[in-house]
Amino acid sequence: MDQYLLEMRHITKTFPGVKALDDVNIKVKTGAIHALIGENGAGKSTLMKVLSGVHPYGTYEGDILFKGKECHFKSINESESQGIVIIHQELALIPELSIAENIFLGNEQASRGILNWNETIRHTIDLLKKVRLDVDPLEKVKNIGVGKQQLVEIAKALSKNVDLLILDEPTASLNEEDSANLLELLREFQTQGMTSILISHKLKELLSISTDFTILRDGQTVADLHPEEEEVTQDKIIKHMVGRDLSNLYPERHASIGDIKFEIRDWQVDHPLQPDKKMLKDINFNVRSGEVVGFAGLMGAGRTELAMSIFGKSFGKNIQGEAWKDGQKIDVGTVNKAIENRLAYVSEDRKEYGLILMDSVRKNLSIANLKGLSHRNILNLNEEVTLAESLQKRMNIKTPTIEQTTGNLSGGNQQKVVLGKWINTDPDVLILDEPTRGIDVGAKYEIYKIINELAESGKSIIVISSELPELLGISDRIYTINDGEITGEANADETDQEKLMTMMTHSREASV
Amino acid sequence: MENIKSLITSNMQKFGMIIALVGIIILFQILTGGTLLTPLNVTNIIMQNGYIIILAIGMMIIIITGEIDLSVGSVCAFIGAIAGILMASADVPVFIGVIACLLVGVLIGVWQGFWVAFVGIPSFVVTLAGMLLFRGLTLVVLGGQTLAPFPDSYRGISSAFLPDVFAGGELRLLTIIIGIAASLLYVTYEIRQRKVASFYSFKVPSFGFFALKIAVIILVINSFMFVLAQYQGVPVILLILIALIIGYTFVMNKTILGRHIYAVGGNMKAAQLSGVKTKKMKFLAFVNMGILSAIAGIVFSARLNAATPQAGQLFELDAIAAAVIGGASFTGGVGTIFGAVIGALVMGVLNNGMSLMGIGTDWQQAIKGLVLLGAVAFDVVNKNKGNS
Repeated sequence: MDQYLLEMRHITKTFPGVKALDDVNIKVKTGAIHALIGENGAGKSTLMKVLSGVHPYGTYEGDILFKGKECHFKSINESESQGIVIIHQELALIPELSIAENIFLGNEQASRGILNWNETIRHTIDLLKKVRLDVDPLEKVKNIGVGKQQLVEIAKALSKNVDLLILDEPTASLNEEDSANLLELLREFQTQGMTSILISHKLKELLSISTDFTILRDGQTVADLHPEEEEVTQDKIIKHMVGRDLSNLYPERHASIGDIKFEIRDWQVDHPLQPDKKMLKDINFNVRSGEVVGFAGLMGAGRTELAMSIFGKSFGKNIQGEAWKDGQKIDVGTVNKAIENRLAYVSEDRKEYGLILMDSVRKNLSIANLKGLSHRNILNLNEEVTLAESLQKRMNIKTPTIEQTTGNLSGGNQQKVVLGKWINTDPDVLILDEPTRGIDVGAKYEIYKIINELAESGKSIIVISSELPELLGISDRIYTINDGEITGEANADETDQEKLMTMMTHSREASV
Repeated sequence: MENIKSLITSNMQKFGMIIALVGIIILFQILTGGTLLTPLNVTNIIMQNGYIIILAIGMMIIIITGEIDLSVGSVCAFIGAIAGILMASADVPVFIGVIACLLVGVLIGVWQGFWVAFVGIPSFVVTLAGMLLFRGLTLVVLGGQTLAPFPDSYRGISSAFLPDVFAGGELRLLTIIIGIAASLLYVTYEIRQRKVASFYSFKVPSFGFFALKIAVIILVINSFMFVLAQYQGVPVILLILIALIIGYTFVMNKTILGRHIYAVGGNMKAAQLSGVKTKKMKFLAFVNMGILSAIAGIVFSARLNAATPQAGQLFELDAIAAAVIGGASFTGGVGTIFGAVIGALVMGVLNNGMSLMGIGTDWQQAIKGLVLLGAVAFDVVNKNKGNS
């Protein structure tokens, strides 16, 4: 028996323009619960996709050794047949099918294409026992809670004779009790000899259960920690997660900050589908003119939900609270009113919410302000071309022509198109949600420069980001948000990543 | 060599359907021994297919917003029935009768648009219900009877020609003059566009290409008019069609409304976050479809000179096929009015050509089905090539 169940050596994976993984090494011992830690975008998911064959053999460099054999997985099916199963953060269950049907989906208990329901149910009962779930195998998945659904996913994994179970943020959407159950279950599987890799932001959970830690940062392995060799603490992990050289990554900034420009008072938002669940509670914050304000928070903390609920009530139900601008209460009830009040929101998901990918750069740049290009609702297409060309120059959008289909541009240039579209509405307050997600360092720098220019011209900028160094590098002031509440506020030059990380995990850590 | 190749492939996509249309015309011209392009038959093709072109324009806009309308055939029949009650049974003046029919079309569009856009029921379901509902109402209104005949002025919408003011001999001189006037208008328009472009200091295509394009289009316009002039001249329906085509092309290309309709189909979420009133756009697309269905219903009943319960069957499929052949995509966001017209003409020439050859309706249906599949397959394969 090898000591290591899995070894990934010198894994390098490049996407167009971005090196997502750069010479990553990870060794997972047989029978371990191995924690994989890193900020959003550090490369955890990419690494797991390489392992499971989502990124097939040949699209990355490096070797994968599983059970001592070199593996060339070309698809998920191949890695699953070897016993590697991933449970993703978003559950892959079909709500309208029963638990039994979900567990054996793609692996049906059947002979000659005809389902054997007795076998299916018998096996399901066994599997549900293993995950200590006491429900009817024929119950529809949509009728059981999220915690139980997570257990069904694990039962599904067990049905495939799993040797290595990979869980991506398994407790992100679970309450305390369900999380504790799940962790207990993992420990039990461990005593039975199963190996698992656990990806999570909840450091306290990881510290309580994991036997090894690998920390990724910017696509590189920065630390391997083993509790039997040295004491592993939350502080130590955080230091490794965020510790990077900040010099020269951010353009110089000359802030001249004026009066309060925009303010949100007592903002409350309910969950769009579960009316009794508050997504955002008692949010109060303000932005001054010429100021860049950062919002730090982990995924799922409610940052995007806050931004979208402010911008035309595009998220949530039963929104209460007031928005003030220049000392006056304003109506942001629809997107058009928000735009009229000179607000702009650049979505974190540029492909889904920001751009019409099949349309040209020109049409995307003008869509939010067609009124400015028209007379009596008739467009002046020539003015549009002139405008698009000037925005292209100003934002330095690299495209052969403005008639290029936007979907063909690189991520960084697409992001510049979205920014350009909103700059064209001449906003006073810009909310930028993850403005540099998935784009390379060079394009990031250019986006920062644009942000600086906008602030210097007196605009108020709100930046939401998962990358703490970025927030510290470009903001004047930072709010932290966790679980729908603002948990802290600090001037950027008086705080650091560790303090922020503590603030943004504050209430969550206290509750585990 | 590479340049020529890329020029051909990029233009294949752009002009693919025009090439296909020309190909079909040549094919049937040969197969029918020259009957297809005789002045009489060219006039017939226009008069027979007017309603498909009208419906295809509306259907194209519906599909651009990412929806579908299965009810247009039934709506055409229902409008025909109302026209029959008003103008064939009763003696309502034609002008008022036509206005009433158009208003009913608006109401039908409001009804279906309401359910799709504001209640959020899939358009497939809403318009499937509409297909049954309006077919049923047609039978109710007509009591299962056919109403005929219509007054002459109503029939004229589909069968009259522009009067020949210059009583010429063999040729209708007015028609020739209209062709020349249209050519002049077109040339002035193009020259103005070119001047404006150089005012904005945009790049313009070389003068040779510019002149060639104008020459080809003038040739097409005038030879078409020359053919019409040898029969009875310009049919009234052609003027209606040209007005609709120019009007809708303008709205879709040069107005905020048009741009917003494309945006809704291209990416509804992004459009909404850019301040586009997405529900209103979908609603308007259905109201518009209601009006165009009413016009098509009027045109068809006028041509038939009767209001019958069976009118308009399978029109929805003709319209959808025309839009799809003309470049519409069911994911929404793409397609042009011009494309819809080309698609409708492909369907029309197929219908006409096969009838001339004496092919029965059974085989006509089957062949049309294959052509539809083939046209879209050609497009899909072409696009996949472009991507890889």
